[in-house]
Amino acid sequence: MITCAEAVRQLWDYLDGVVEESERELIEEHLGFCRRCCGELEFAEELRRFLASHAEDGLPPAVRARLETTLDELGST
Amino acid sequence: MRDGASPDSQRASVDEFRALAERELPRLYALARRLVGDEAEDVVQECLLRAYRSFPQLEHERAGGKWLTSILVNCCRDHWRARGRRVEVVEIEEVDEFSLFRKIADEDPFPYSDSVHLDFLQHFGSEDVRAILASLPELYRVPLVLVHMAGYGVKEVAYMLEVPLGTMLARLHRGRKLFERELWDYAEENGLLKEGARR
Repeated sequence: MITCAEAVRQLWDYLDGVVEESERELIEEHLGFCRRCCGELEFAEELRRFLASHAEDGLPPAVRARLETTLDELGST
Repeated sequence: MRDGASPDSQRASVDEFRALAERELPRLYALARRLVGDEAEDVVQECLLRAYRSFPQLEHERAGGKWLTSILVNCCRDHWRARGRRVEVVEIEEVDEFSLFRKIADEDPFPYSDSVHLDFLQHFGSEDVRAILASLPELYRVPLVLVHMAGYGVKEVAYMLEVPLGTMLARLHRGRKLFERELWDYAEENGLLKEGARR
């Protein structure tokens, strides 16, 4: 058995699939009866989606043009 | 590009590099924006210069994206080094125990909401997220961005940053917790916790 604090501390690692098999079983056992930690788990998943959704924001045309000039200069050396 | 190579083979190599770089530019720039903010363009430019010089060492084109990311991360580290590392004080125990889920539930900033946790996140735009990332010490920001925004695996990032997996996991954990706490502090400081605040 593990406490809520111990379960919460490992939730992201659990989602990343980097906890040991024995730890994974303990976390899942805890999640089986702890509604609060299930909420923590769902929110951790939501935060992961939130971070991923803010990963891209396009390359401004002016910046692209300047970086392509750099590539032109490299190609001509 | 390659000493002793024929002009045709040099031209082909230049073209290959250019195709790879052009394809990866948006991703590299987005990543650099999250790692060094407004100096992203300079860092990407330095990355292109270094990558061009070492392109002959790239054995498999399919690994080109990851290879460029590694070079970019090294450019970012040199960039921070050149500007002098900040003294980064983090109250470790306090941060490690922080739970944004609990904080939102306890403070209940939107009492009329049926999904207060989701509503909280919807108040942040990409500029807000970049500002929050910029406030994190680089030691924790880099793994957080590489794993959760650039989509690299934890082990890949440990290899890229040349740190043991355990060290990497500890930094990632602290980075997430710091990010959670900064989300809350930023929302408080910028008036995002009021009903009807911008979305």
